Amino acid sequence: MNAPRCNIRRIVRDIAHARSGDKGNTSNINVWAYDPANYELLKCTLTPERIKQTFPLLIRGQVTRYELPHLCGLNFVMDDALEGGVNRSLNLDSHGKSFSYLLLGLELEE
Amino acid sequence: MAIFRIGTGAGFSSDRLDPAVDLVERGTLNAIVLECLGERTVAFGHRDRMADPQRGYNSLLERRMRALLPACRKAGTMMITNMGAANPRAAAARTLDVARELGLKGLKVACIEGDDVSTLVPRDAPFMDEPGMLADVDLPVVGMNAYLGIDAIIPALGAKADVIIGGRLADPSMFLAPLAHCFSWRASDMPHLGAGTLVGHLMECGMQVTGGYFADPGVKDVEKLADCGYPIAEVHDDGSAVITKLPGTGGCVTPATVKEQLLYEVHDPSCYLTPDVTADFSRVEVAAVGPDRVKVSRASGSSRPEMLKVTVGFDGGFQGEAGLSYAGSGAQERAQLAVEIVRDRMARVHGVKNDIRVDLIGVSSLFATAGVHATEAKDVRLHVALRSRQKEDAELMLWEVESLLCCGPAGGGGYRGVIAPCVMTKSVLIPREQVKPTLEVMVA
Repeated sequence: MNAPRCNIRRIVRDIAHARSGDKGNTSNINVWAYDPANYELLKCTLTPERIKQTFPLLIRGQVTRYELPHLCGLNFVMDDALEGGVNRSLNLDSHGKSFSYLLLGLELEE
Repeated sequence: MAIFRIGTGAGFSSDRLDPAVDLVERGTLNAIVLECLGERTVAFGHRDRMADPQRGYNSLLERRMRALLPACRKAGTMMITNMGAANPRAAAARTLDVARELGLKGLKVACIEGDDVSTLVPRDAPFMDEPGMLADVDLPVVGMNAYLGIDAIIPALGAKADVIIGGRLADPSMFLAPLAHCFSWRASDMPHLGAGTLVGHLMECGMQVTGGYFADPGVKDVEKLADCGYPIAEVHDDGSAVITKLPGTGGCVTPATVKEQLLYEVHDPSCYLTPDVTADFSRVEVAAVGPDRVKVSRASGSSRPEMLKVTVGFDGGFQGEAGLSYAGSGAQERAQLAVEIVRDRMARVHGVKNDIRVDLIGVSSLFATAGVHATEAKDVRLHVALRSRQKEDAELMLWEVESLLCCGPAGGGGYRGVIAPCVMTKSVLIPREQVKPTLEVMVA
């Protein structure tokens, strides 16, 4: 990839919004492009492989991506990704409610 | 009936009350649902009930009933709630007391039980979503509750109850039941049950669909969030619905707020399991049809699951949390020194080997394991957490953190410490024919 022309790289939050939820030790994060024109960029940026590689200590299990193209949405299901979940985690945010902002903070692949 | 108007008056156990009263007073609703249970909420309810047989239901029940029952009677709105938690019978009895005190003569309160399946689940029941079985857990069981669906709720609607109180009623089923009853959707009519389940799913978290949990200033601005309104669904007999809210309330209903809730805590969008249906949200259409009005359609569904999910709650011991703050030059270095002291002394002096987690709030806490750290913070808080079956371990940890006030790095202040009981939950499955919901209707 070419070096960016300016120092400020755009992040996912610039083109999409997201919400996190939990079921046990599984985290799910849904992400939605504001503009349909950016849906492909969102898909290229947020691949299951990149997400798993970026947070190796947090996401211990598989990352599955479901696509809702007609709504420009992606749903990520991350197994063993909540440090044990509400039953075990000593993270202040044991539900991983804040984790949507982990994905929203990633730099866009453009 | 052409349109059924259903609202949400609580989306979790500690949700707000004043907007619920406003919604009943001005919403001309057919029904209002108060969804107040999480998996762990039931387990905490069981612990409360063990301590006092008259407790174990939502601690805000009396306050909520006192405010809402008169408004519901005036508006002709019926209420469905799982505030009964681990003790629906006591919750119904308390509701009757409140109704009588308020002079609401003739108010019909239905109590649904039968979700407690603790005598039916064998010790060798395998976990639903992980290896192992119940007998593997070396902790005391506090309760086991099966998720009940519309088949448990519809008889209470047939009995024309004004208030329906249950325990582990599945969240979307509390919305689906009055829709299925009103529109005469049969238990085998999976497409309509799937559509009604979408309505329930969008509504069950209250303001999470009307602008709550959405605001991100400068990026996703929400008007008057402090006065956010609870949602209303105007549901048609084909299962499509318009999600909206009262005029004059804060918040917003837009395709974006609806979409964030559409897949909230959903895994495969084409396969969302409830006690009533395998719902399919993968082809749902979401369209703005007016200010704060969003139409949802094209949800569907297939077979009803033969097995019901059961949440098993265990006594999880205690969690201690303690904190102390450092600010100004070298704050991070001083806080880091405190971290090392606490870790060292808990192990060496007290011999406490439990998992201890130490965070520096402002530098690295929520995202610590994700590896995302701030670097510039000059106002940081040491936060220590520990979980143990022995309360004494938590007490020792609190003592150790507090001792930093005199014995630790310079300038630490603002000590707080708290110890709270914990629960742990696991999920198993039970054949649905073994679960026998019961109904009792009482009149004030």
